[in-house]
Amino acid sequence: MAIKKFMYLNRRSSFGTVYAIESLEVVLVAAAFDQDVSLAFIDDGVYQIIEGQNTNGIGMKNFSKTFHALGDYEINKLYVSAESLEERGLSADDLMPLVYEDEDDNWVEKSSVKVVSNAEISKIMSKQDVCFSF
Amino acid sequence: MKISIQINEGPYQHQASDTAYQFAKAAIERGHEIFRVFFYHDGVNNASRFTIPPQDDRNIVNQWAELGIKNANGEPELVVCVAAALRRGILDESEAIKNGIDCNNIHPAFRISGLGQLIEAGIQSDRLVVFGD
Repeated sequence: MAIKKFMYLNRRSSFGTVYAIESLEVVLVAAAFDQDVSLAFIDDGVYQIIEGQNTNGIGMKNFSKTFHALGDYEINKLYVSAESLEERGLSADDLMPLVYEDEDDNWVEKSSVKVVSNAEISKIMSKQDVCFSF
Repeated sequence: MKISIQINEGPYQHQASDTAYQFAKAAIERGHEIFRVFFYHDGVNNASRFTIPPQDDRNIVNQWAELGIKNANGEPELVVCVAAALRRGILDESEAIKNGIDCNNIHPAFRISGLGQLIEAGIQSDRLVVFGD
C-alpha cells in the first residue's frame, strides 16, 4: 500500500471537549498503518502537551501520559505553534519532554517536539496528503 | 474522484452532518465515488434509527441511509467508530449482546467498525473531507 503523509491538527485543550483524547486514539491506531504521521498543536491544542497535567479534581482520565508512547510508534514529528504558545504565556519549557530513539543514529534519544511558526506549520500542512482536524 | 468523508458532530445540534450530506449528494450526482463516510465523536449519533424529528423537518439519519453508500460486497460504507459509538450508546446487535443490553439502535444502512477504517479511507481515497468544528 502506498505511504501517504498524514497530519493530525490538534486545536483544542485536553479536557473541555472530547476531541483531544479521541484524536489521540486515531493517532495510535494510525501507527499500525505505517504511514508518514505528523502532529501539529495550534491554538488551545498546545495545552494538550503541557507538562504536569493533573485531572484529580475533575474526575476525568489523564491521558496526557499517552503522548510519551508516540515515540515508540515512530511518531516523532510533533510541531507546536510558537505563536499559540506565546499568546497563552507559555514557552517550550512548559511542554512535556517527548522523545524518540533514532534508529538511523545509533538509537540516540531525540526530542519529538519542534516549536515552529504558524507560517512553517502552514508550509508543512501544504505538503500533506491527508489532514485530520480535531 | 474517490472521496471519503469524516463527520465529527451529532445531527440537529450542528450543521456538519447536513452539509456533509449535501456535499456527498452533489458529489455522487457529479459522478464521483463516495468511498466511505466515517462517523466519529458525537457524529456517531447520526446512525441511530431511534431518531424521530418532527414531521416538517428533515430526517438526517434516513437521508444518509437513502444515499445507499455501499461497497462492492454490498456492505454499508456509512461507518461508525466502535469506541466512540459504545461510549455514546450507539449499538448494533452483536455489541448489544456482548454487553448484555436488551436492544440495539443502529440503522441498518450503517455499520460499526474500528478507527482503522478511517485511516484506510484516507489511504484509499483521493480526498478525505472533514466536517465539524
